[in-house]
Amino acid sequence: MLVSIYRYNPETDEAPYMKDYDITIPGNKDVMVLDVLALVKEQDPTLAFRRSCREGVCGSDGMSINGKNGLACITPISEATKGKMDKLVLRPLPGLPVIRDLVIDMSLFYKQYEKIKPYLVNDTPAPAIERLQTPEDRAKLDGLYECILCACCSTACPSFWWNPDKFVGPSGLLQAYRFLADSRDTQTQERLAELSDPFSVFRCRGIMNCVNVCPKGLNPTRAIGHIRNMLLNQQV
Amino acid sequence: MVASVTNLGRSGLYDWVIQRLSAVILALYTLFLLGFVIASPDMQYSQWQGLFAQTWMKVFSLVALIAICAHAWVGMWTISTDYLKKAAVRFGFQLVSAGFLFVYLVWGIDILWSV
Repeated sequence: MLVSIYRYNPETDEAPYMKDYDITIPGNKDVMVLDVLALVKEQDPTLAFRRSCREGVCGSDGMSINGKNGLACITPISEATKGKMDKLVLRPLPGLPVIRDLVIDMSLFYKQYEKIKPYLVNDTPAPAIERLQTPEDRAKLDGLYECILCACCSTACPSFWWNPDKFVGPSGLLQAYRFLADSRDTQTQERLAELSDPFSVFRCRGIMNCVNVCPKGLNPTRAIGHIRNMLLNQQV
Repeated sequence: MVASVTNLGRSGLYDWVIQRLSAVILALYTLFLLGFVIASPDMQYSQWQGLFAQTWMKVFSLVALIAICAHAWVGMWTISTDYLKKAAVRFGFQLVSAGFLFVYLVWGIDILWSV
């Protein structure tokens, strides 16, 4: 199988380039893209990429696989090549600076995440044991808390490409709504006030690239819609 | 909170509401004009002139004119803040856009009230 990989080492290369590798997959099996990367790494140990859990939980190996962002560890090559099993093109996630090869600098992504205060704030006295929720209130967090911060969605979003310093991005906004929807959080008004400017939420144009690529099957566009409705209800 | 001094309402929500509301007004205006044209197959100039000579039509047209200017401003502002990274270039583009829209508005009012 032909594997074409984006290579760039700022210490030695003047510009990024694509390098082709001919990889033989043992037994011609349908393996994951991460397995192919491991085979490439055996051939060329200078290749750099992030990986950790290899089962779609840690979110380390997000990359552009044949033009679509995804996690290398849970994307079978048959899916990436649409069954043709002929060519794999691997590039770093788009829109953020490349540190080396497939490794990107995620500082801006984390900065946006930090901005939405991704933790529970409750200024009422702490109860003796724990803050309880009804099963219905807990159910509101389903589809929100599962985000693993792999950045596949935010780096697939043109609004995030153009304004990564101002637009929170789908991942951060999904988390913002996770805390807005939490019955135990008492900072709803303050959180909404932080989001009502023209960039943080309203740069979303609803093109749903984020939904298309999310490896966990989450829907940031819907969460953004909920935030807009909350802002509308609060300010109209 | 990201501050901006050049957008229409100083708030993302305000701009968003303006954009949606003006879109509805423009859709209604377009549908009405389309309906009028379809409903009068052999229309003469006098009918067209008669339509625009009525006060309610002038009000309706003025609302649509203001709506298109507001809609275009929010849109052009968004385009400029997406693609134009140099502050001076962005501000220049915004000034030119605002200038054009203002001219269109005044010119449009002038045309409407001359009927």
